[in-house]
Amino acid sequence: MTEEFEPKIVGFLCNWCSYAGADLAGVSRIQYPPNLRIIRVMCSGRVDPAFILEAFRSGADGVLIAGCHPGDCHYIAGNYKAQRRGILLKKLLEQFGVEPQRLKIEFVSASEGAKFAAVVKEMVETIKKLGPSPLKVQMEGLTYASG
Amino acid sequence: MSKEKLKFAFYWAASCGGCEIAVLDINEKILDVVAIADIVFWPVAIDIKYKDVEAMPDKSIDVCFFNGAIRTEEQEHLAKLLRKKSKVLVAFGSCAHQGGIPGLANVANKKEVFERAYLQSPSTNNPNSVTPKTSFKVPEGELKLPEFFDTVKTLDQTVDVDYYLPGCPPPSAQVAKVVEAIAKNELPPKGSVLAPEKSVCDECPRKKEDKKISKIYRVYEITPDPERCLLEQGIICMGPATRGGCEAQCISANMPCTGCGGPCPNEVEQGAAMISALSSILGVGGERDLDYDAEKMIGQVKDPLGTFYKYSLPASFLRRRRIKK
Repeated sequence: MTEEFEPKIVGFLCNWCSYAGADLAGVSRIQYPPNLRIIRVMCSGRVDPAFILEAFRSGADGVLIAGCHPGDCHYIAGNYKAQRRGILLKKLLEQFGVEPQRLKIEFVSASEGAKFAAVVKEMVETIKKLGPSPLKVQMEGLTYASG
Repeated sequence: MSKEKLKFAFYWAASCGGCEIAVLDINEKILDVVAIADIVFWPVAIDIKYKDVEAMPDKSIDVCFFNGAIRTEEQEHLAKLLRKKSKVLVAFGSCAHQGGIPGLANVANKKEVFERAYLQSPSTNNPNSVTPKTSFKVPEGELKLPEFFDTVKTLDQTVDVDYYLPGCPPPSAQVAKVVEAIAKNELPPKGSVLAPEKSVCDECPRKKEDKKISKIYRVYEITPDPERCLLEQGIICMGPATRGGCEAQCISANMPCTGCGGPCPNEVEQGAAMISALSSILGVGGERDLDYDAEKMIGQVKDPLGTFYKYSLPASFLRRRRIKK
């Protein structure tokens, strides 16, 4: 069977900008791949790093966090915090042997439906190239016997 | 009527021996322990063989204090055996609780660990590349060593655990309290962590003023103000993400907390909690400056895995580095 690998991506989108941006992509009928599972949060700064690690542990091939543009956060600075957490998590993922490209931090405003679609499209392409998450394989075979 | 004495057991798996010292660190209280309990198994102090433990009836040990992580077949066997023989099994110390320092081996596997330890380390002279084998034939017969696993596990990833006593090693006051609770039969519900419901910051005597930093220092790079919060001075201190009970011993000695107490109550992942905490104060307030660069700011954290999961890698969500096949 030669079915193409379809990655599962979890997307945390902030209520005020990126979720509205995704909505705009929808109402504008912009096509983008269906690999993203969207979770709406009030602010990208609300995304606990544990959520992201949990998503990877549960078998996500990628995680997208999208928030308002710098300076535009509805709660003043949540997006900056999300950005710093994301950068630190990417470093951490690399140490865990997970490609850092699997985590993406983006700024998408409510008016950027087209940008949202482009971001998802590009992310799906990147992850298709990387293949399934190494954690998925690892978690299933977490017995220490082999290797 | 004199009450029958309790039966205690102590065991060490992948650990350094510090937990055994911690037991003795309760000083004269050890006499109270001996007054209420007989120690039936304690490899570091008394000569009882594994077969003697195997011969004990099931559930005959009242409380077993088990320290150390699980990384070999022998340790796994003993964990299972002591679980069977004990009414109450306590994960004693960081290694049994969260994996501890031996758990950091989860960034490698058996092959890499052996290569480093027996072949590459600068002080090693091993011209024939001899590494431990699980069995070896000699004229007298076959010699056997327990298997060494690729992945270090915590005690509760191996067997069912009743209580956790965190710390590297557990503070003696905490140990004494637990022994007292056992003597009075006042142990909390199963699964409890036998430490206060607060963070290290809560117990820390330093002045906390303004959580805002822009530069991170390694411990040797600055002389910190002894009165003020270390994190506010740019030294990564795990206090906000670590469970207390230690009375902030390290911080009182001018060293930052490294996180041996494990995650705070209600926190599932210690590393994630610290990533969240640190990212929230590093560079905060300066984001609108022209030279603000988030990558550079975070780039100052050199080793997130080793810093945030120093004692909790096997208990973390991702547990170990992915092994390349």
